[in-house]
Amino acid sequence: MREGTRLGFILLLTPLLLWLSLLILIPHVDMFLVSIRERVGVGKYDISLANYRTFWGEPLYLWTFARTAVMSILATIITFLIAFPVSYYIAKIARGRLQSALFLACLIPFWVSELVRTFGWMILLRETGVFSGLLQWLGLAEGPVEMLYNDAAIMVGLVYTSMLFMVVPLVTTLESLDDAVIEAGYDLGGNGWSVLREIVLPHAKPGIVSGSIVVFMLSLGNYLTPTMLGGKDSLWFTELIYSQFIVRFNWELGAAFGFMLLLLSSLIVWGMLRLTGETLEETMG
Amino acid sequence: MRRMKTIAASVLSVAVLGLAQTASAETLRLLTWGGYAPENVVEMFEKETGITVEVTKSNNEEMIAKLRATGGGGFDLIQPSQDRIAGPQLEFGIYKPIDLSKIDKSLFIPSMLEATMKNTTVDGQVYGVPHVWGTSGLVVNTKKAPMVKDYLDLCAPEVAGKVTYRLKRPTLIAFAFSMGMDPFAAYGDEAAYKDILSKVEAKLIECKPNVKTYWSGGDELLNLMRSGETVAAMAWDTGGWKLNAENPDITFVAPKSGALGWIDTFALPAKGQADDAAYKWINFVMQPKVAAMITEAAGNFTASKGADEYVSADLKARYQASFPPEAVDNIKWYPPVPAGLEALEGAVLDRVKAAQ
Repeated sequence: MREGTRLGFILLLTPLLLWLSLLILIPHVDMFLVSIRERVGVGKYDISLANYRTFWGEPLYLWTFARTAVMSILATIITFLIAFPVSYYIAKIARGRLQSALFLACLIPFWVSELVRTFGWMILLRETGVFSGLLQWLGLAEGPVEMLYNDAAIMVGLVYTSMLFMVVPLVTTLESLDDAVIEAGYDLGGNGWSVLREIVLPHAKPGIVSGSIVVFMLSLGNYLTPTMLGGKDSLWFTELIYSQFIVRFNWELGAAFGFMLLLLSSLIVWGMLRLTGETLEETMG
Repeated sequence: MRRMKTIAASVLSVAVLGLAQTASAETLRLLTWGGYAPENVVEMFEKETGITVEVTKSNNEEMIAKLRATGGGGFDLIQPSQDRIAGPQLEFGIYKPIDLSKIDKSLFIPSMLEATMKNTTVDGQVYGVPHVWGTSGLVVNTKKAPMVKDYLDLCAPEVAGKVTYRLKRPTLIAFAFSMGMDPFAAYGDEAAYKDILSKVEAKLIECKPNVKTYWSGGDELLNLMRSGETVAAMAWDTGGWKLNAENPDITFVAPKSGALGWIDTFALPAKGQADDAAYKWINFVMQPKVAAMITEAAGNFTASKGADEYVSADLKARYQASFPPEAVDNIKWYPPVPAGLEALEGAVLDRVKAAQ
């Protein structure tokens, strides 16, 4: 009997262990080894921290990372501001079939691939695109308006891509909030704002934090949206990594960049958790 | 414990077996550019030889990155440009030498075969033979931007905000030529090349406000020019000719300082498993009639001798309009890129991209 349960335990654990070691651990170790190599001649390499020095020494790379991080945080905030009312409506106000229909509506954009969604935005925003044409037809604009290829376009793309990842955790936590608690808040003389601040937001905090972490990491690691919508000034950190690996054949620097991204983004998430007083266990559990 | 090991081992072996590619000798895995292996040609080849062809489409950088990741495995025949063979071979050893006795040399234009073999020779062994050639230069809407005759004209105030080019090494080279310098002559001299690059960097930063966006894919460029959002671009000749077929105002212009000529080759990856099939494919597609079919699909001419006769009159007319004889003589052919040059250029491109 005992032997049987242990076998079952091992069998259940195997996929997880395989996944962790084959797809996460081993590639990262390999990446790290690549990142501490320095090319000293044709086909010759030395162990050194030169690539990390390049990252810290060249203001361009630090600046790009800072820009990417700030834009991602901004995208997270905007996503939250849009997703919160939506989730509140779905969780607390909508009932029955409407509730599931609305929830489904949030899911629908994810039935097509990210590439197609991004192309959709390009068709809408470009100079000869839908919005530009509409504005001219309404007489609001004289000539064609270019809305693509700027930071606002990147932001629109990022927020749109990450909506769902904010809505789902928010809906789950808000649904667990007893309506009676909200009523009690009003009975005790609270108004809409104070009820939101004192009751709803504190209860939803784990959902907010976990949603924010996911959205932040997704935005930070997004490659497609910034490159396609951003135009000549886009400059996204993942783009730098891609070009080091593929265009420049400089795997060493690319790997160092990858590690810095992992490290710095973990640091930012840790900082955010400290700031909100949440722990990772509470948020994810 | 023993049992656990057995289970782990069996699970692992199943996973590995599943991942391993089952490449039989009767399959040719071809890594190439879009249009270089059109379906009708593949079908003819499969019918004639019984060899199945698996086509993967890619570009220069990705081809080399893919081979580098596998140490030269995963494909049996690849088609990088001739300037991307010697450098990567020295650095990563991803190709294997070509057995010239298995190739029918009479099918090739002799001067082109000679030049490619010379540029792809490492330690006395040849690593590439030519296939398709073409140029990059200017694609211009001649009605809206008649003054664009050279790369530097892309920075003129008349076309402000209506220009696009790539942020890649050909742009650096092109601007250097247009500014009266010869970057190819400085390939071997790092200090001189750095000097050229810094001048080009300043120019590209100065020119940045003129640029609408840096295009990265062929379709993106075609859309920008087609919709009129841009009126002048640095791009490949085929892009210009394709647009010319839709809108006679737009065409490819060979720049005053010379179009940049490239030759895409056939090369064998170091761990290719079907060399015989690869040689068969090379000799098959270099036949004039087949080569003409590839020209129709890709838009570019091939190194096949006598294939021009079978190419449609439309394409020939466009080619002749863009390339008067003196422009053909002025084409600047890419010499092999020395290893390590890309890192210098990469830093410049990054800085241009970051400039405000």
